Amino acid sequence: MGIKGIWKWAVAGALYFWSLAAWAEYKLNLQTPQTLLGEKIYDLHTIITVICFVIFIGVFGFMFYAVFKHRKSVGHKAAQFHENIVVEVAWTLIPAAILVAMAVPATGTLIAMRDTSEPDLTIKATGYQWKWGYDYLKGEGEGISFYSTLSTPRAQIDGRDVAGRNANPNYLLEVDNHVVVPVGKKVRVLTTAADVLHAWYVPALAVKQDAVPGFIRDTWFKAEKAGIYRGQCAELCGKDHGFMPIVVEVMEQAQYTAWASAQQKKVAAAKVDPNKTWTPEELKAHGEKVYAQNCVACHQATGMGVPGAFPALSGSKVVNGPAADQIKLVLNGKQGTAMNAFKHLSDADLAGVITYTRNSWNNKVGDATTPADIKAARN
Amino acid sequence: MEAAHAHTPGYGHDDHDAHKPSGIKRWVMSTNHKDIGTMYLWFSFSMFLVGGVMALIIRSELFQPGLQIVQPDFFNSMITYHGLIMVFGAIMPAFVGFANWLIPMQVGAPDMAFPRMNNLSFWLLPPAALLLIVAQFMPGGGAGVGWTLYAPLSTQAGPAMDLTIFAIHILGMSSIMGSINIITTILNMRAPGMTLMKMPLFCWTWLITAYLLVAVMPVLAGAVTMTLTDRHFGTHFFNAAGGGDPVLYQHIFWFFGHPEVYIIAIPAFGVVSQVIPAFSRKPLFGYASMVYATASIAILSFMVWAHHMYTAGMPVEAQLYFMYATVLIAVPTGVKVFNWVATMWRGSLTFETPMLFALGFLFLFTLGGFTGLVLSIVPVDVQLHDTYYVVAHFHYVMVAGALFSAFAGIYFWLPKWTGRMYNETLGKWHFWLSLIFFNVTFFVQHFLGLAGMPRRIPDYALQFAEFNAISSIGAWGFGLAQLLFLYIVIKTITSGEKAPEKPWEGADSLEWTHLPTPAPWHSFETPPVVK
Ligand code: HEC
Ligand code: HEM
Ligand SMILES: [Cu+2]
Ligand SMILES: [Cu+2]
Repeated sequence: MGIKGIWKWAVAGALYFWSLAAWAEYKLNLQTPQTLLGEKIYDLHTIITVICFVIFIGVFGFMFYAVFKHRKSVGHKAAQFHENIVVEVAWTLIPAAILVAMAVPATGTLIAMRDTSEPDLTIKATGYQWKWGYDYLKGEGEGISFYSTLSTPRAQIDGRDVAGRNANPNYLLEVDNHVVVPVGKKVRVLTTAADVLHAWYVPALAVKQDAVPGFIRDTWFKAEKAGIYRGQCAELCGKDHGFMPIVVEVMEQAQYTAWASAQQKKVAAAKVDPNKTWTPEELKAHGEKVYAQNCVACHQATGMGVPGAFPALSGSKVVNGPAADQIKLVLNGKQGTAMNAFKHLSDADLAGVITYTRNSWNNKVGDATTPADIKAARN
Repeated sequence: MEAAHAHTPGYGHDDHDAHKPSGIKRWVMSTNHKDIGTMYLWFSFSMFLVGGVMALIIRSELFQPGLQIVQPDFFNSMITYHGLIMVFGAIMPAFVGFANWLIPMQVGAPDMAFPRMNNLSFWLLPPAALLLIVAQFMPGGGAGVGWTLYAPLSTQAGPAMDLTIFAIHILGMSSIMGSINIITTILNMRAPGMTLMKMPLFCWTWLITAYLLVAVMPVLAGAVTMTLTDRHFGTHFFNAAGGGDPVLYQHIFWFFGHPEVYIIAIPAFGVVSQVIPAFSRKPLFGYASMVYATASIAILSFMVWAHHMYTAGMPVEAQLYFMYATVLIAVPTGVKVFNWVATMWRGSLTFETPMLFALGFLFLFTLGGFTGLVLSIVPVDVQLHDTYYVVAHFHYVMVAGALFSAFAGIYFWLPKWTGRMYNETLGKWHFWLSLIFFNVTFFVQHFLGLAGMPRRIPDYALQFAEFNAISSIGAWGFGLAQLLFLYIVIKTITSGEKAPEKPWEGADSLEWTHLPTPAPWHSFETPPVVK
């Protein structure tokens, strides 16, 4: 194809993208901040970008001037100067002064950003492979605790339901349980992780904080407006790193109070009596739920795992062997592999999931592990 | 110095033009800086293609939302090895190749100081590359941990991780040996009269880079060795349950990692500092301040590592310190940019391909420098860290910076190396295609990052779709444009027009003024006298 052909294609391509862009809801800048601090950061970013842009235009103004006026083809003869102390000192000191001018507002904003004192509500966010767990530690709603897992249907992700995907405005940014907080209250978020690094990132609330296993970090926000704000895990954490979003729902105070007390009641109702005696069937049924929450990402619903990465539990020697060994493995994990410790699950959860795995798929051990067994194994 | 001159040419009597070894032996046993330089450059280009294919796999998957082509584990592995291969396999060896070819010629020496070690430094590279490639086929696939190899994800990874660690050990050894050679050659083998402050800037930048390499490669080796012992020998350096700290890994890694970005950038500065004066027909402006600025950048680069860890959790005082120190680096970097522009000012400019790439470098590297300045401001970085903004930033400095500078260097010295001219029209096509597609690929990634798209994800929310599609198209265009480069180089070597003795009017270093074109097998059997 000749030059003409190339141009035709280029124009067609440009038109195509222009038409896409015309209906797209794309963004060219930071998300609209929903906190006062976020606004400060937004402005800081604007100021710095503008300063950079002005310097850029200035410097390359000179360069392009030279490119057009000092070229050999217009007959320009080269001067031979190669030093000038005055300009050299000037262009060291002036940028230094500009940088100091940038650092001053940045310092103020940073100090405000790190001040997590006197929160109204404290929530712990724990990163797991691959979901978030939330515990309301202090403030209204204390004691609420839940997991928050991606709720986008698998079929939309792997392409079996493209229409569904295209019609889903929150594709990959939706979860089963939102983190609910009251509007206008200072919320301190403690971050930690159970396995590897994760990061708790909600752009509109201007927070990003790494979640480090074994350590607690903190950050805070105070939302000015009720609404739903979406973010994602921002630190590579393995296979489903792209599939563990964060959804924060900011409610008006009254609504929040209602939500919190409903949740607290639910928590109380769901509290399993530690002395409850379970039938094997109950354990297995409970275990299936626990498995779906905690184990499917790796070992799969079929129990077949992912060859090479995650072993099958169906037919596994460990699962079909003595229960004590399996309890130990699931409680403590296996150091140096993706099989992490699951100590944080309750005795009933662990008893359930172990009973379930020993009696599902091709596994027909036939025994039941009780919460008491787990309790004994913990010590 | 005299002793070195007396010995080096004598190490192999049979190495003279008349009976230089032929066939495969010429390459495997080579102790000749030019042959070794050539091998470095071809190795680098092959790795560039391998890393490029990986980049295209990544970008093809990201062309549309949803998982189309690859699964997440494989995607993560591509991210990891694309980064490792481009950094350690493509860019670093490319500039070592330039160093080999040019430093002896530019300081008036017959060869590198330790020719046999030079051979070893090169031949360590292919096995390391092989390990990185074989890692893809280990049970569980390649390690999907990112090129930063952060613990504890790296402790979790499969056996591919061990191969990767081993590859890094080997690459580190190669770099250190190469550096020792470069430092010794520059310090001990300069021709009479070639004082340090008369050296071409390219030699200066490599002298400084070589010191950086010697200082930080062992640090990286330490970090990955600690990962290795955590994985297999029951240590807990990075495991909180055993009293360790995952963030410790990040501190060690970035103590290597930040100087590493200057190890990539500084030789690129050197190449550009040769090319711009040559096509401006005017001496480099502010030679001495260039040397001092480069040295200050190198020293400062040891003091800013934690700007990669603003969200990892640090006392606010530490964040303030790292912010101020990072911002400070902008000053010497600015000085360099101003000097280059001042070199062009009132020159007599022509725009052959090397100059075009050098100007592309100047323009886009500076853009990447500015986004770096934006990222150095902690509150802003907290928004942008680990998003596509960072991906855009580092590709502006590594691709439009280092890679464009390497292209400038290749076009500039190819006539000297081969005695043949490249095709100027095709060279210009290569430049413009690269420039346009580079920006199509990476400029839009700034917007993605600002809007909140995290990096290292195989699938994304719908509002990111348009820019990702554009970026992927740009990536394919950029990739294909590099095949044109391969064609140009091969064509030049096999059937290019004969190059004139001095193809570039304004070039003034020893390799242009004191040696015939193409450069002879041994550069300076008797040292030239530099006035
Ligand atoms: C992040 C991925 C991941 C999750 C989540 C996970 N596992 Fe594992 N699991 C692994 C890996 C990897 C191994 C293999 C460890 C090894 O190398 O021995 C494993 C091994 C096992 C084994 C031993 C299998 C054998 O044949 O060796 C059992 C039993 C097990 N897991 C149970 C569970 C249970 C129960 C859960 C949920 C509470 C769970 N795992 C959650 C990754 C995971
Ligand atoms: C020599 C040139 C290049 C170098 C040195 C380089 C380097 C890197 C590095 C270090 C990473 C980070 C990997 C990680 O996060 O672990 C990366 C990621 C990436 N690179 Fe490159 N790259 C180069 C060229 C390219 C080209 C030409 C393309 C596109 C065609 C490209 C596309 C990408 C993409 C898509 C990512 C993934 C970003 C992410 O982490 O999410 N790279 N590159
Ligand atoms: Cu995560
Ligand atoms: Cu850095």
